[in-house]
Amino acid sequence: MIKAKSSKIGDGIVVFLCVLLILLCFLPVWNVFVRSLSSPQSLIKNDVYLWPKEIDFTAYSLVLKDSKYNWSLAWTAMLTVGCTVLSMTMTILCAYPLIFDKLKGRKIINSFILITMYFSAGTIPNYLLFKDLGLINSPFVLAIPFTLSVFNMIIMRTFLQNIPESLRESAEIDGANPVRILISIYLPLSTSVIATLSLFYAVGRWNGYSDALFFMPQNKTYYPIQLLLYFIIQSKESVEAATQEGFSTPGASDAIKAAAVMFATIPILMVYPWLQRYFITGVTLGAMKG
Amino acid sequence: MTAEAQALKARKRYKARLYYKRYWTLYAMLALPVIYFVIFKYIPMTYLQIAFKDFSITKSAWEMDWAGNNGFEYFIKAFSDRDFFYALRNTLMLNLLGLALGFPAPILLALVLNELPYKRFKKITQTVAYMPHFLSWIIISGLALQLFATRFGLVNTVLRNMGFESIQFLDKPTNWVWTYIFVGIWQSVGWNAIIYLAALTGINPELYEAAAVDGASRMRRIWHVTLPGLRSTIIVLLILRMGYIVASDFDQPYAMSNTLVTSVSNVLSVFVYNRGIKGTQKSLAAAVGLFQSVVGVIFVIGTNQIAKRFGERGLW
Repeated sequence: MIKAKSSKIGDGIVVFLCVLLILLCFLPVWNVFVRSLSSPQSLIKNDVYLWPKEIDFTAYSLVLKDSKYNWSLAWTAMLTVGCTVLSMTMTILCAYPLIFDKLKGRKIINSFILITMYFSAGTIPNYLLFKDLGLINSPFVLAIPFTLSVFNMIIMRTFLQNIPESLRESAEIDGANPVRILISIYLPLSTSVIATLSLFYAVGRWNGYSDALFFMPQNKTYYPIQLLLYFIIQSKESVEAATQEGFSTPGASDAIKAAAVMFATIPILMVYPWLQRYFITGVTLGAMKG
Repeated sequence: MTAEAQALKARKRYKARLYYKRYWTLYAMLALPVIYFVIFKYIPMTYLQIAFKDFSITKSAWEMDWAGNNGFEYFIKAFSDRDFFYALRNTLMLNLLGLALGFPAPILLALVLNELPYKRFKKITQTVAYMPHFLSWIIISGLALQLFATRFGLVNTVLRNMGFESIQFLDKPTNWVWTYIFVGIWQSVGWNAIIYLAALTGINPELYEAAAVDGASRMRRIWHVTLPGLRSTIIVLLILRMGYIVASDFDQPYAMSNTLVTSVSNVLSVFVYNRGIKGTQKSLAAAVGLFQSVVGVIFVIGTNQIAKRFGERGLW
């Protein structure tokens, strides 16, 4: 009896800690969401906490009317889709051949790739290379140089290695070549890992801003959404200082900032819960191989 | 004899031809990734020589003149630069605090989630805990700016209503450091717990049954069964983390920084950006980057060696 009681107290503590964690993760985002929906007056009066006061969609309609913000959102969406497709193609092209034990030079190629995970030249050599390649201030610098992640490639390779070899061998005996085996056997079996890695690549691109700041500072047209947001959030005055549009009530600019943040956040928040089952396997595979 | 040797040779050649006929497509697939690694990972390494040379816009890296002091001019300059010294100190401080407080956090979270008896509630907790990982540092810094604002922020309003003084979370260097560490943990704790939760599913349930039969309390069960089951995962992740002790992230400190706290928020990556990309001191910045890479490799190899000495699997 005493044992049961103490374990009940233990369960209570555990549940309490989890509720606390949920609130800690959820409330900050909720707070911004509520602010984005509140009227400028109530924001200035500082009485918006957990529920919107005087619900007002002006901030959203203003952000939606801002052509600079809209273009950046659309451009980043296109860029993210393009980069994800490119990155996934490269990842599969790199990972698949490396699972063939018979492939001559496999070990050399493997270590050739792994070294780059532990030692990188750094920002300045990259900058100088991109300059020589004419990539500085070109939107291609956001897509090409960081397209393949060794870490994701290892996850892909580990997953492909776990597919029973007998499937491949019997197909080889039937005379199928490696490309055919990849398309008709391996890819259909790897949808879960492809979904996971696509999510990783897409989130990385959607959320990235430092590459644009480093390598594309003067090409403001092609700023990704996060870099534009950085200037919007950092601007002490209001959004119009960053985008030269919108209007200038102080409280309104706070609501606009909040609405701008929400627009860039909602796409990801809508996608990731559905992929949860997959990315857990992805992360675990990555950890297994270090 | 010669006929036999010839036959052997011919067979070998036939086998090789068969091999390439069957597998040439694999090499064709690898071509693009290998070219990618050569161009974007290995060629930049040749540019590293500018760390030992006097940078000039008009010359290629191979043609520039060697720097003074046997080429180490810019390393000496870096180490006698006050800003570099502060950047190094800040990097080490933020990384060590992040390691000390941020490394155990996901382990504790995994232990707590593992004790949770309600499956559905556990799943909801996990989903919400993963969320911060999917937010960009720009957005997180925006959230932090609003929540921790001294006058109007939610946190300070709550503090004042409870009768405390408001705290300048983001405007005072010391407070900024703790806020930075806390936000860093907030962003990563759920995500990093995934690996530990996966490792926990590998623990033999019989061990728990045996512990229950022996009358072990919850705490004793965690200590004697759960934690030992996580041991090798913890060590591998610790090794990986050690490699990053001087490597400095750019996105979080740059997004969260403001002019009042640059004395603690300028880390090495920001220093490299300010001097080498915004400024014109390419050689100096490249030297600092090389220093970071080399120390990072030394740390990974070192911790791996130590882990092996303690009888763990290590990374290689």
